[in-house]
Amino acid sequence: MEGNLNIRAMIHDNIARKHNRADRIMPVFLLLMASVSILTTLGIVFTLVFDAAIFFGRVPFREILSTDLAPLNANNPTFGMLPLMVGTLFSSLIAMLVAVPVGLSAAVYLSQFASTRNRAILKPMLEVLAGVPTIVYGFFAYSFVTPLLMKLIPSLGSKNVLSPGIVMGIMIIPMVASLSEDAMNAVPEAMREGALGMGSTKLEVAVKVVIPAAISGIIASIVLGISRAIGETMIVAIASGSNKHFSLDITQSMQTMTGYIVEFTSGDAGSGTTGYYSLYAVGLILFLFTLGMNLVAQYVSRKYREVY
Amino acid sequence: MAYEAEWFQKLSEEQNPLVSKQDYVVIDSERIRRRVRKNNFLKQVFLLLTSLGIVVLGILLYQIVVQSIGWLDWSFLVSRLSINADKAGILGAILGTVWLMLIVIPVTIVLGVSTAIYLEEYARPGKLQSFIKTNLSNLASVPSVIFGLLGLTVFSRLMGLGSSILAGGLTLSLLVLPIVVVSSQEAIRAVPGFLRDASYAMGASRWITIWKVVLPVALPGILTGSILAVSRAIGETAPLVVLGIPTLILMYPTNIMSDFTALPIQIYYWTLDTVLTKEYANLAAATIVVLLLVLFVMNSLAIVIRQKFQKKF
Repeated sequence: MEGNLNIRAMIHDNIARKHNRADRIMPVFLLLMASVSILTTLGIVFTLVFDAAIFFGRVPFREILSTDLAPLNANNPTFGMLPLMVGTLFSSLIAMLVAVPVGLSAAVYLSQFASTRNRAILKPMLEVLAGVPTIVYGFFAYSFVTPLLMKLIPSLGSKNVLSPGIVMGIMIIPMVASLSEDAMNAVPEAMREGALGMGSTKLEVAVKVVIPAAISGIIASIVLGISRAIGETMIVAIASGSNKHFSLDITQSMQTMTGYIVEFTSGDAGSGTTGYYSLYAVGLILFLFTLGMNLVAQYVSRKYREVY
Repeated sequence: MAYEAEWFQKLSEEQNPLVSKQDYVVIDSERIRRRVRKNNFLKQVFLLLTSLGIVVLGILLYQIVVQSIGWLDWSFLVSRLSINADKAGILGAILGTVWLMLIVIPVTIVLGVSTAIYLEEYARPGKLQSFIKTNLSNLASVPSVIFGLLGLTVFSRLMGLGSSILAGGLTLSLLVLPIVVVSSQEAIRAVPGFLRDASYAMGASRWITIWKVVLPVALPGILTGSILAVSRAIGETAPLVVLGIPTLILMYPTNIMSDFTALPIQIYYWTLDTVLTKEYANLAAATIVVLLLVLFVMNSLAIVIRQKFQKKF
């Protein structure tokens, strides 16, 4: 009897010790793993800031804000960033001109009008649109949309900003639509029913009740869409080309910030040249833009959310 | 206001406004008809716009499949790359993508699920927890090309991994990490509290409860999220291009330090070079079909897992 008890106690003891070990080690291990995401952010910030600082030290500010971009000029490379910024601005603007009206219409339709059956068909198909890799959209823009647009606009270049802008907009539709729809669905049913009970049509409920109540979420979805458009790379790298001359003509090639990074690294930017560091400067600007947009979206959806 | 005043006046004057011949009284049927017409018209407009994206998707798929016809055959799948469009195949790119995923899958799942467990089970609500969460949501919105710059600096140059599979795989892992974390967090959060309570009541420790109760129940959700993350990684191009993957690689990758090419990179280079050789567009289209098929299979798998194995409580 005595021995039996001892063995039980020993087994129990053993198990307890084993468990204790796991219970002591695992939280530390998990915290280490969790900190990788923080290290990634720090890594991004440090690599960008360090190398961009070298760039900003070498190139005068006046030149950076100029329109002369000729990084591969052997004798006198210049690094005016305005052409890239205009390229990014225009392609994103075109994309949002497509994505916002279509995305919001889709959100209103899905949340207000669609029958359960239509919704069950349309929503997953829209989400497929978001799952297509951007390289595929790039190919589509270059080999289908551009030739198609050329029939309408004969002066359109084989590389231009218009076509990737439109395709990028189509890519962003599901993002704007689903985030806005979430915001609209969060509006309490009672408000909808109240308006319907007063004799409003569904359209009036959507425009006068649901959209105003969900406006913070809708704005956040648009801001996130812009941030996505600014950071989008492959579509513009393929279909918008690498024209570095300052121009405002959307029917011709313009390089975006992302396109510049891709072109410059896949060519050989010798380590240590100013051109190499310019990649990080462009990357830093891009990072700050998208981060800023993301923070604005978070702020808007928190601050202006109507709580019911 | 004036309208309403008049309305009341009429009401008291005529006693029975509903049958009044004056059309502005009580029920302005023309106005209602106009509102209903507007409603019905815009409903159709909204439906049309909603379908627009889907129509474009259809055109895109049709166009690509048509362009790939005649080019996508068995020998295309099992041949080496070549400058000659007729002989070129994508076995190297397929192997490259498989090797990349051999890095991405274990790295993201271990990192992502661990982070999710920490956030959901161990971290006390407070500064650290909310900091990690904010950080993750910001990381998810960083453009992929920036991850390419991170990989180029840290993995390729600082660690000297060059443009190897390991460098590419680690870069992609960090890129899709937030997806795995968020979906795993949701899966873990959905595990009902009474299962944990039961486990604790049986004398299990915290970790044993997580390992033997929480994770098995959350597994379908975690797997679904991981598959979606991996399929995102398979389609990513920009970070790999930034790492400086060479244009034409004839050797097959043999280990994680090999140089490699992958399906999306091959599509990119062939699309760029259509200016030189027209047939490259067909090769790119054929490769896109392969890529989309892989993604389709993976997404279907994710849906099946979610539908079939998700336990309901």
